[in-house]
Amino acid sequence: MQRLKNSLDGKAHLARDKKSLFGADIDLRQFRKDPERAEYPSGINGLTETQSRAALQAGIDFSEEERLGTFLQMDHNVIHAVSGKEDLEVMSTTHALQKYDWLWDYYWRAVEVDADKYTAYAQLNPYHGYFIRALPGAKAVFPLQACLFLKTGGLAQSVHNIIIAEENSELQVITGCTTDTVRGSGMHIGISEIYIKKNAKVTFTMIHNWQEDIAVRPRTGTIVEENGVFLSNYICLKPVKDIQMYPKAVLAGRNALARYNSILYAHPGSTLDVGSRVNLSAQGSRAEIIARAISHNGTIISRGNLRGEVAPVKAHLECRGLIMGNKGNIYAIPELEGCQEGVDMSHEAAVGKIAKEEIEYLMARGLSADEAQSAIVRGFLDVSIMGLPDALKQEVDKAIASCEQEVM
Amino acid sequence: MNIGGKEVVGGLNLKLSRGDVMVLLGQNGSGKTSLIMAIMGFPSYEVTKGDILFKGASLLGMSIDKRAQLGIGILFQRPPTVRGVKLRQVLESAASRNKGFDLGKTADALSMTDFLDRDMNFGFSGGEMKRSELLQVIAQDPELVLFDEPESGVDLENVGLMSKIIGNFLGTGGRTGLIITHTGYILDYIKADTGCVLSDGLLHCVKDPKKIIQDIRKYGYGKCLTCKG
Repeated sequence: MQRLKNSLDGKAHLARDKKSLFGADIDLRQFRKDPERAEYPSGINGLTETQSRAALQAGIDFSEEERLGTFLQMDHNVIHAVSGKEDLEVMSTTHALQKYDWLWDYYWRAVEVDADKYTAYAQLNPYHGYFIRALPGAKAVFPLQACLFLKTGGLAQSVHNIIIAEENSELQVITGCTTDTVRGSGMHIGISEIYIKKNAKVTFTMIHNWQEDIAVRPRTGTIVEENGVFLSNYICLKPVKDIQMYPKAVLAGRNALARYNSILYAHPGSTLDVGSRVNLSAQGSRAEIIARAISHNGTIISRGNLRGEVAPVKAHLECRGLIMGNKGNIYAIPELEGCQEGVDMSHEAAVGKIAKEEIEYLMARGLSADEAQSAIVRGFLDVSIMGLPDALKQEVDKAIASCEQEVM
Repeated sequence: MNIGGKEVVGGLNLKLSRGDVMVLLGQNGSGKTSLIMAIMGFPSYEVTKGDILFKGASLLGMSIDKRAQLGIGILFQRPPTVRGVKLRQVLESAASRNKGFDLGKTADALSMTDFLDRDMNFGFSGGEMKRSELLQVIAQDPELVLFDEPESGVDLENVGLMSKIIGNFLGTGGRTGLIITHTGYILDYIKADTGCVLSDGLLHCVKDPKKIIQDIRKYGYGKCLTCKG
């Protein structure tokens, strides 16, 4: 175990200045590693109203109604880690690695430790993150929630999360990343490794609720085994300085399925470089990537990559972008890689402004121009595309409605 | 009236009294759709001379939504697809001032119940689009209704269904209707007072619409220009 850790540290050390293939290169030395004398609540009841509201806008409800478990980490401190169901485990990754030797076999397997300077930083500066595991056959009808909260201005928060859905289990996870720092920049590096075993299903919904001066570099990898299902939803509607993420799923088992949905809203000054990749490595595997992007004088790079390594496989990639304002920019980059005869892959991308004829059409029904535009924008951000379970959809709807009030 | 700087209709006088139903005929490109789009207030259809009056007041300079709120409704020939916006949403907005509107019952009568939670016109067939249009117009409860080829793209069975509903709708509350049609099928179900042919930017041949259609079938549109009937 120590040898493995030393080896990981060694690789990370060599990659500590390695630029990411995508996104602006961020000098991590500008951020503090230590929050110093910051004070933290002793439990979820100790959060301020502002903090609870910020969390709620990231889908995290500390009343814990219709939740099967909650994890809260503020800066580098785990405040709360509780599961409400005996066949679901929720704890910090640090704790889990101490508890389970076998977990080291999963550590940095779905994400490479030396992928770039951000993965390296997370290895060399390990500050917890969450471990969530559904035991074989566990069925979670309500979501578990994990909140990663950046409290101290100027801090680099790095977390390493691991989710394991054992055979025949079902799990819903909401990850809400947020902050209440009014001033001061910040950096969030989140490593997430998701392992979906045979016949298991994971719905993973990540909601980002940052601020204009926060840079974010999530690094997520998922491995899906036979008949496994991975539904990944990503929502970012609030201002942020710069997000770059390109999560990847490997469909390693026959008939595995992955579906990525992203809803992005780039405010003035925000850069969202967000994509999804799926390697279809087993026969009968299927994938779908759907992105909805609105640039309101911000910059969006919407990437997608589907790689059909065997046949038969089926996959589709779709990006629709709306540009509002004269300074917005959307760059859609859909990629298909077919490696064998018999792969069935397609993509479509459309970027434009809201069509005048659509607004005028709704106006002919009595809606004002503003109401018509708002209806079209809301429709564009409609989460029903995500096919969420009812309880989760209600929560996501609530989070989006809360953001929309501020955004529009 | 101009579109993109080019005159499409000129020197036209048209008057409809409350409760009148008029059928507007004319060759493709004669300006029929442009005329009703101008009445509805679409900015691309620019009125360069004259006026459009509704209930005694000028509509010029008034936005589309204000005209709709004033009591003018339109059934589009080819409505656009609006992704993400559900038919139910639009109906609820359109009917906000129409307390008597029974959404469920009206949607059922038009066989549109299954479409209420679908994106506007997305993947709708020609007939479904027209039934959706009619449903929206009924929701608005307008005093003046502009119908742009309500039966085009609709199968024969549904032409009957739609036409009956249009006939009933126009017949209640003294509504005024201006109907563009090429085939005249709709005239079997609704009572239209007059018909006329739009050609060369002017109205010709103002008389019984069924008679006009018979004449057009017999002589073509060419005779309309010389007809004094």
